[in-house]
Amino acid sequence: MFRRQLLNGAAAIAAAATGLPRAAAAQGAAPAAPAPAAPRVLKFIPQADLAVADPIITTAYVSRNHGYLIWDTLYGFDQDYKPQPQMVQSHSVSPDGLQVTMTLRDGLKFHDGAAVTAKDCVASIRRWAARDALGQVMVATLAEEAGKPTGIAAPDDKTITFSFKKPFPLLFEALGKPATPVCFMMPERLAKTDPAVPVKEMIGSGPFRFKADERVPGAKIVYERFADYVPRADGDISWTAGPKKANFDRIEWTVMPDAATASNALQNGEADWWEQPPGDLQALLRRNRNVNLEIQDPTGLMAMARFNHLHPPFNNPAIRRALLGAVNQADFMTAVIGTDKSLWRENVGIFTPDTPLANDAGMEVLTSPRDYDKVKRDLAAAGYKGEKVVLIAASDFPSLNALAQVGHDMLKKCGMNVEFVSTDWGSVVQRRASKEPVEKGGWSMFFTFWAGVDMFNPGVQQAIRGHGQSAWFGWPTAPKLEELRTAWFEAPDLAAQQEIARQIQLQCFQDVPYLPCGQYFQAWAYRRNLSGVLKGLPMFWNVQRS
Amino acid sequence: MFAYIIRRCLATIPVMAIVALFVFSLLYIAPGDPAAVIAGDQATPADVERIRASLGLDRPFLVRFGEWVFRIIQGDLGVSIFTNLPVTRMIAQRIEPTLSLMVVTLILAVTIAVPMGVIAAWKSGSWIDRAVMGFAVLGFSVPVFVVGYLLAYWFALELDWFPVQGYTPFERGFGPWISNLVLPAIALGGVYIALIARITRATMLEVLQQDYIRTARAKGANQATMLFVHALKNAAVPIVTVIGIGVALLIGGAVVTESVFAIPGLGRLTVDAILRRDYPVIQGVILMFSFVYVLVNLLIDLSYTLFDPRIRY
Repeated sequence: MFRRQLLNGAAAIAAAATGLPRAAAAQGAAPAAPAPAAPRVLKFIPQADLAVADPIITTAYVSRNHGYLIWDTLYGFDQDYKPQPQMVQSHSVSPDGLQVTMTLRDGLKFHDGAAVTAKDCVASIRRWAARDALGQVMVATLAEEAGKPTGIAAPDDKTITFSFKKPFPLLFEALGKPATPVCFMMPERLAKTDPAVPVKEMIGSGPFRFKADERVPGAKIVYERFADYVPRADGDISWTAGPKKANFDRIEWTVMPDAATASNALQNGEADWWEQPPGDLQALLRRNRNVNLEIQDPTGLMAMARFNHLHPPFNNPAIRRALLGAVNQADFMTAVIGTDKSLWRENVGIFTPDTPLANDAGMEVLTSPRDYDKVKRDLAAAGYKGEKVVLIAASDFPSLNALAQVGHDMLKKCGMNVEFVSTDWGSVVQRRASKEPVEKGGWSMFFTFWAGVDMFNPGVQQAIRGHGQSAWFGWPTAPKLEELRTAWFEAPDLAAQQEIARQIQLQCFQDVPYLPCGQYFQAWAYRRNLSGVLKGLPMFWNVQRS
Repeated sequence: MFAYIIRRCLATIPVMAIVALFVFSLLYIAPGDPAAVIAGDQATPADVERIRASLGLDRPFLVRFGEWVFRIIQGDLGVSIFTNLPVTRMIAQRIEPTLSLMVVTLILAVTIAVPMGVIAAWKSGSWIDRAVMGFAVLGFSVPVFVVGYLLAYWFALELDWFPVQGYTPFERGFGPWISNLVLPAIALGGVYIALIARITRATMLEVLQQDYIRTARAKGANQATMLFVHALKNAAVPIVTVIGIGVALLIGGAVVTESVFAIPGLGRLTVDAILRRDYPVIQGVILMFSFVYVLVNLLIDLSYTLFDPRIRY
């Protein structure tokens, strides 16, 4: 201690001589906690750079989080995963369920000062629906003819109406879900942009404004409080629902690609909040008395091994089924986040655990004792003859690389002929789009994660879709799964939805669109002087410095 | 001399043209798809296709290359696929931190390395010489990121003398600016100091054997004058050459240093662009680096005339 005081004293003298403000700030015996650059500034380290600022064109989670800062939604999601009105003051549903009318709250404004009107919302819903799986189902259910978009209308500035051919009970869920892409409300002139082209301006409707003039792509993103935002007067603050009260004047996102640097910055007080501290640094952060480390998103991240269903050997469902017996989810999760079992969960099925549709149907295929000899016999019986399996892995994402390494080992233990292709994520996303056989640059398997909120139900889950060439990468053809998904949309209540979800899980263990590899929870790290950090996604309202 | 400068400037045009062709071709054949990166992990193949078409990435090589060259000739480096911002603006945003880091590193390295090399040559064979050479080996051997982490841990986290990360623009004052650059410059400068110190020592050893040095010594010239005026000036040409070549070393090292200290410079811009396959940004940054390197070499060639009057262009 004496040595440190002595050295700090020397630093202070040096500061006096050179005028270094940092050294001057280090005077005294106070621990490393420099004053913030300005009052009411929150410094946040996001999971990645905001590469794409339009949250409709991309499914990147960082873009979704950015979207929640600057845009508002018609509905929010509460901690019970139920939609709650957000920009909407009230709504009514006709007795036959075919007409839905929503009325907007008073005082809603865009960041350019214009009022938010129903026309803006209709255009925003249309653009979002073009990119979203649930939105596409919604549009297909609208009572409108092709080329005549009359199913969603704005009879006046504050009223939005939906006309359906048949009841669509998931409407509020679709408009409020936090799964990407989120239905954000933009000005009509921006919302009319082609859904495949990013919007040119960030004119928001939410509690914070995007400071385009201060953005340094790859390094810094700045938001400032939007003084004219009117939070809801009622409702509980929970996930993305309830009053969004901004307590900071500025939110500064600083992109730090290096985890050790981010850890140092948080410990040193140069950052307030770090979204994704990796597992190997969490023990260090836990020991720091100025830092809180908490799991705020109970839905976590769901890991999966995705097959290419178009080519041998994984075009054979019996071979895919045989591999279910080899999956040891604990191995995958330990490699990703470590041995602390509070950070991960095994015996995970198709739907996010602890959410309404999670169930135990058919789970013995994953929970029974693992037996590689049996898997080898099952593979042989299924007709596996040593065809090459090309496993593509992204080495620049540590968690994905860990999954792939364990997967590689698992496949070898099963006696499969594996070629492990380790490359960067940019190459993986290109190669996985190839429908060619492996001899012509194709692939057989890759690993990825989906956020738990993206696997709540069949409406948002892409990986269980079985519509062949139009399906998500891997292109499974599973007509029974598609039938069940359609039935789920028409289920009259939660009990019926849950029953269908059980059937879907059983069918998934027959068709095996992918191998479930476990769930892990990403802790956030933030300075202890922050309070009001909401559960769920990194949201910046309600948070304050104590 | 003037004609030589003009000739050298004109000679950069074919060099830059070859670099441009090389960079464009390399990126065209390299794996990766920016449309897939933009769309995100959960996007469907159809979404990716639509974005690819909207970006014009499905057009033939020659069409895209022709358009790109046409723009380059007009001084337009294009627009980032991801941010929709002009590449020139992105480079302008990032050039100050990188330039600052390189200048501070260069000053630090030359200030330390040249005297070190001179003294090592003067005290050749002594413990000082061995210590300097030992330091040089260490400078070459320890990776920049290791030095960076150690410096950050000790001088930022433990002692709180300097910030852990970030960059403060020069316009906000010299103090904040330099305090953000001290640790990165030391980390980046290690290998550079080692390189310059070694070449200075080797060249000085050779010069110190020359007859005119012996004559100067016999005539009673003092040690400092003899070393730093007579000997060093004559040893300067190879040293300056190495300093110039080392600029490439600095550019490479800046990529790592900027990541370790979260400095928003060109190195990080390059890495991010490569990982995302943001072709216009990669092409723009590489063209700019190539131009800087050609320019630095020209300046070094011209500086020879200052140190050695026998050299004429």
